[in-house]
Amino acid sequence: MIGNEIILGLVAFGVVFLSAGLMLALSILRAKNPPSFRSLPAFDRLRRAVGRVVEDGSRLHVSLGRGGLVTPQGASALAGLSILRRLADLTSAGDKPPIATSGDAALALLSQATLQEAAENSGQLDYDPSAGRLTGLTPFSYAAGAIPPIRDENVSATVLMGNFGIEAALITDVANRSNTFSLASSDNLAAQAVMYATAQETLIGEELFAAGAYADSGPFHASSLTVQDILRWLAIAVMLGGALLKAAGIL
Amino acid sequence: MKLKGLFSTAVAVLCGLVVLAGYFVRLDILVNASNTLITWAILLTAFAILLGIINLLIVHVGKITRKQKGGFYSIILIFAMLATFAIGLLAPHFPPASPAFDFAFRAVQLPVEASLMALLAVTLTYASIRLPRRRLSVFSVIFIITGLLVLLGTAPLPFLGDTPLVSDTLRPTIAQVLAASGARGILIGVALGALATGLRVLFGADRPYGGK
Repeated sequence: MIGNEIILGLVAFGVVFLSAGLMLALSILRAKNPPSFRSLPAFDRLRRAVGRVVEDGSRLHVSLGRGGLVTPQGASALAGLSILRRLADLTSAGDKPPIATSGDAALALLSQATLQEAAENSGQLDYDPSAGRLTGLTPFSYAAGAIPPIRDENVSATVLMGNFGIEAALITDVANRSNTFSLASSDNLAAQAVMYATAQETLIGEELFAAGAYADSGPFHASSLTVQDILRWLAIAVMLGGALLKAAGIL
Repeated sequence: MKLKGLFSTAVAVLCGLVVLAGYFVRLDILVNASNTLITWAILLTAFAILLGIINLLIVHVGKITRKQKGGFYSIILIFAMLATFAIGLLAPHFPPASPAFDFAFRAVQLPVEASLMALLAVTLTYASIRLPRRRLSVFSVIFIITGLLVLLGTAPLPFLGDTPLVSDTLRPTIAQVLAASGARGILIGVALGALATGLRVLFGADRPYGGK
């Protein structure tokens, strides 16, 4: 039993080490020649929506979900913060800064820091700390609190990116009723299903973590996407190999 | 990068590496350091809740003073927040306040959340009806047909009971074979994405703590 744990630990360490090495090597190799990715209509529409935000002086609303940073859902929260940073930079030429809503207090503080930094980098001196908001600490209070900004603050695009449950449908439904563009993504399976039914564009599965690469956030994002693809093929090979060995009676 | 950003990146990367090393290498010194850092993170997260609540208060006070739409609801929110906070502070030292604190949750929070859950059922039904009009594709059609088949297989028909073929064959096949295998595929993808995101933070490529 302990032997199995050690082997599994070593395998996990090997995967992390291999991924880190590949990511570093690919980001150096491909710094000058960024890879081209398959087209995702959701990101094409997001680019158009961001352009519209800048042109018509409306606002972008980014909802980061409820993923606590010290929980397994922290990765989706970090992916959400990464795209918030990129979108805040892209809309810095607009009249109004984006609004970020969160259902986790630490995430709300980080969203404030992200928006403040984007404002400082673009030379905006009048940063509004209330642009990064904690709207509630339970799933439904968070969703209920994220709805008024969509209705009342001249929002023309809503991006949901992070850890959400089925309560996300309430936010995307209001976005639809307000005729605003909505792009939704979560690491939660039930949330992905309700988002598919209610949001205008949905990112399924690991597409959530590809958002940074599609938003041109840098060579590391692009290389991490390539590493994800390599690891996926590795996982497929291991599963097929395991199935074949099992069928042959070796395992 | 500014000196502040460089320092925060160095601290974050170092802490991340120590926690990661403590997970894989079971040396006492690394495990203890890793546990200490995680405990600090949990303490900071708890303190962040207080700051988050102050932020919520500031946002709603701003709404009232700027006479924005929905300001009346902000007054109710602030009143309820301060009252619950006061009762919560009193409860451990003043026993009669304790039932009032429980009452605030049982009589207000729970029914409101249950109502929103009920509203969600209606919202999802309406959204599913509108889905083909909004986004007509093969996947949308599969989504709706699958949803209908699972519903039909799960809920018995009035006077007839279970639907033959659907309840005993189709629904279990969809739920336990097709949906389960698809879900596992998605979860593997999410896990790989989470790994890549974690590594980006460890390399300092993503810096949610600031310092571009």
